Amino acid sequence: MRQSLALATLTAVFLAACSSQPPAPEQKPAAVEERNASAVAEPGLVKSDKMDPYGLAALKDPKSILSKRNVFFDFDQYVIKDEFKPLVEAHARLLVANPSVKMLIQGNADERGSREYNLALGQKRAEAVKKALLLLGAKEDQVEAVSLGEEKSRCTGQTEECWSQNRRDDILYTGEY
Amino acid sequence: MKILRTIALALLSSAALNAAAQLTIEVTGAGANRIPIAIANFEGDRVISAALTAVIRADLERSGTFNLIDPGTAAIAENATVNYGDWRGRKADAVVTGSISASADGRYETRFRLHDVQKQSAIAGQSYMHSPAPSQLRTAAHRIADVIYEKLTGERGVFSTRIAYVVKSTGRYELQIADADGANPQTALGSREPIISPSWSPDGGKLAYVSFEAKKPVVYVHDLATGRRWVAANFKGSNSAPAWSPDGKKLAVVLTKDGGSQLYHVNADGSGIVRLATSAGIDTEPRYSPDGQWIYFTSDRGGGPQIYRLPASGGDVQRITFEGSYNVTPRPSPDGKSLAYVARDGGTFHVTLMDLATKQTQILTDSVKDESPTFSPNGRMILYATEVGGRGVLAAVSSDGRVKQKLSVQAADVREPVWGPYVK
Repeated sequence: MRQSLALATLTAVFLAACSSQPPAPEQKPAAVEERNASAVAEPGLVKSDKMDPYGLAALKDPKSILSKRNVFFDFDQYVIKDEFKPLVEAHARLLVANPSVKMLIQGNADERGSREYNLALGQKRAEAVKKALLLLGAKEDQVEAVSLGEEKSRCTGQTEECWSQNRRDDILYTGEY
Repeated sequence: MKILRTIALALLSSAALNAAAQLTIEVTGAGANRIPIAIANFEGDRVISAALTAVIRADLERSGTFNLIDPGTAAIAENATVNYGDWRGRKADAVVTGSISASADGRYETRFRLHDVQKQSAIAGQSYMHSPAPSQLRTAAHRIADVIYEKLTGERGVFSTRIAYVVKSTGRYELQIADADGANPQTALGSREPIISPSWSPDGGKLAYVSFEAKKPVVYVHDLATGRRWVAANFKGSNSAPAWSPDGKKLAVVLTKDGGSQLYHVNADGSGIVRLATSAGIDTEPRYSPDGQWIYFTSDRGGGPQIYRLPASGGDVQRITFEGSYNVTPRPSPDGKSLAYVARDGGTFHVTLMDLATKQTQILTDSVKDESPTFSPNGRMILYATEVGGRGVLAAVSSDGRVKQKLSVQAADVREPVWGPYVK
């Protein structure tokens, strides 16, 4: 129940991204793992990363949504699709809970056309996620949006399936880049 | 008439072992009215004569402007009396003769003379001092070919110029510089991370480029003589698309520090950043007109990517391309009269040329994944990157679309070519 409430709030925040409305106040994070539910504390008061679903340890925990670091986009689109909103929200909470943590978002583009124009398209994708994170409470100095353009293709085939794999943001944290 | 010939540029390779693999050039197509010319073997050291005349012949042939007439096997001295009637009988309009003499210090002097068969007189001649080192023989040969080309066509030759490009092999990127014929490649920078958008300074002494070695795009300037390099733009976000101002003092660059990919200029030492334009979308790929008055660039401000220009000192933006939904990578010609760019037609990408006065356009290539066109300094040829069999190759096309060349490196991807300026 609280999960769906949080998602509804997130949707409102994403819609607000199009206007100049200030972001809605951050909700207390919902538990992702049932076994951690009792250990959830107020953001900023966390003492143990191990027990915290939005602590740094969760970044490496395959069971945590925070271990997911890719946001995929449709062709010629720069809007975060619904399926990636929980992921973006979770990363925003981690940044809010850990103000000293910094993030690099690397945008990517498929290989068709000009390298520099594709670099600019990848930048648009990276900035879309950055903008959402800032609206969800992350600080400007925590997040850098950059582009790798078509230079770091994950998939090199000439198919739509391949190209869609390359229309992607990768999220990296301090120490990972 | 169509010729298909592979010129293996490995003639001197036993003496010139380079770390970098050599480009081989395949010429397909030639100009309509090629000048018939015979380059006789030069009198003197036969090995040096063979090396020199092979490069001169290959240069002239590759240009698509000349038709090489068999000169026979005899060496003809620079100052020998030329039998014009005999050469007319062989249908040569021009004949080149030459002599090579050793001097006491181990160096050589090569003299040549260009003869006009119709006029029955010598019309050009020069003398060059050089060592027997392959790179010096090539330099002398390119200079001789430049004199011949200029005398017979009326426009300056580009055989002595250099090109830069990026070679990608497994896990490695190299920024290389080679002679305009692909020979003598040198590696200016090797990296495990991508290198894109190299750009020659107007004096040919420096390259600006984008390197991803910091896990994000950063613009560097690299001094080729010293190997010293420095950061020209490394702001928060992405830094890319460097283009030199014609006076060599500034670089137009694309930065995202204020949100979105936007145009700025910066001094070549990285100081004095100034914003050039503001748009809600993407502005990228800036390129100064040769007179420094305009900056051409790609923008999606009208929806899809199209080419625009703005005054270099700031002012109103004008749209340049209107045909098609994807026109990118503007490159003004050296005389400023035309613009080469890449146009998408359905799923294919072609180098296209626009006459800026009439706005008439011509698709120059039949390749399908063209990128990064770059003019030779005399405006005659356009070098570009394309793909053959899934592998990146360089190709060149004359600005009238008649002469076509392909340059490839065995087992590697070649991309991001940029043709250097005239050598002083």
